[in-house]
Amino acid sequence: MKLIAQATRGAIGIALASLLAGCATPPPKPLYAWENFPRLQYETLVPAETTPDEQITQLQLQAERAAVAGEALPPGFRAHLGMLYLSAGNQAEASNLWRAEKVAFPESALYMDKLLNRLGAPDTKQVKQ
Amino acid sequence: MKTRKLFSSRTGVVLALAILLQACATPPTPYDYSAFKQARPASLLVLPPLNDSPEVNATAGVWAQSVRPLAEGGYYVFPITLVAETFRQNGLDNAADIQEVSPQKLHEFFGADAAVYIRVIDYGTTYKVLSSDTRVAVEGKIIDLRSGQLLWQGQAAASSAEQQQNQGGLIGVLVAAVIKQISDTVTDAAFNYAAIADYRLLGAAQPNGVLTGPRSPHSQQAK
Repeated sequence: MKLIAQATRGAIGIALASLLAGCATPPPKPLYAWENFPRLQYETLVPAETTPDEQITQLQLQAERAAVAGEALPPGFRAHLGMLYLSAGNQAEASNLWRAEKVAFPESALYMDKLLNRLGAPDTKQVKQ
Repeated sequence: MKTRKLFSSRTGVVLALAILLQACATPPTPYDYSAFKQARPASLLVLPPLNDSPEVNATAGVWAQSVRPLAEGGYYVFPITLVAETFRQNGLDNAADIQEVSPQKLHEFFGADAAVYIRVIDYGTTYKVLSSDTRVAVEGKIIDLRSGQLLWQGQAAASSAEQQQNQGGLIGVLVAAVIKQISDTVTDAAFNYAAIADYRLLGAAQPNGVLTGPRSPHSQQAK
């Protein structure tokens, strides 16, 4: 009897613990490698906090770390970095990155195509078989 | 006697469990998600937030912090800095004018399924004699750009006055940033609280919050 009572008490304890844990455990792993990306977007919106060149360096390093870790870059990351390259005068890299945004997130295709057209480098349409 | 005692303690345990479960999961009143579930948006265009606070950087702060909770919730979120640039090139410089653009036009231009309209109620630090309080309060709604229909709306706030407990996941990271910043400077306190307020407003798995989108492994949208 005593054993059973102990076992029951143990089971209740575990149930309580897992219930409490259930309250506080959201999904385990984030979908994307964010690092400082929200902050850098803020600094682009609030002028003169960081220069495009400083941001490009930071974001390139972030992209390398994410690649090594096998993590995905957030939506808008490539698009934002492309814009920075454009403001630093590197049109070719801007269009590469906007194409990359479109590949990673096809939801952005219409908008990215508009931006690419404005760059004067119409997207070479890839014919899908 | 013995059986009765056993019975009463078991009742106690059941009651305790019921109370715990309720504490976990009491939504105020269940939100009507029928329009949201029918629309099934995959991509969200967050427009620059309107700002009712005296802090000039509130729009940028709340806007920049809105991307992560929505993207982690399974949506494609349009790149806000490029979106700002696009509006600027079209002569639209302030949030009020931009939020007036018709849903149809936004849909045609960006190809977004839905737009997120945010208003900042409070943003910043107020200083009292012995203490300071940083508070960010926001409200938001999601409108389907294809139909113009309201899919969801809600509000949230975060404040340094509340007890910051140990919390897991993204909110835990955000709270840790706030705690860390106490030892740094106070200048940008509101930006960190904006992350928490935006997470509570737009993050997945909030009571009556935004449904998770198609890129989430826990998507709540019917397939």
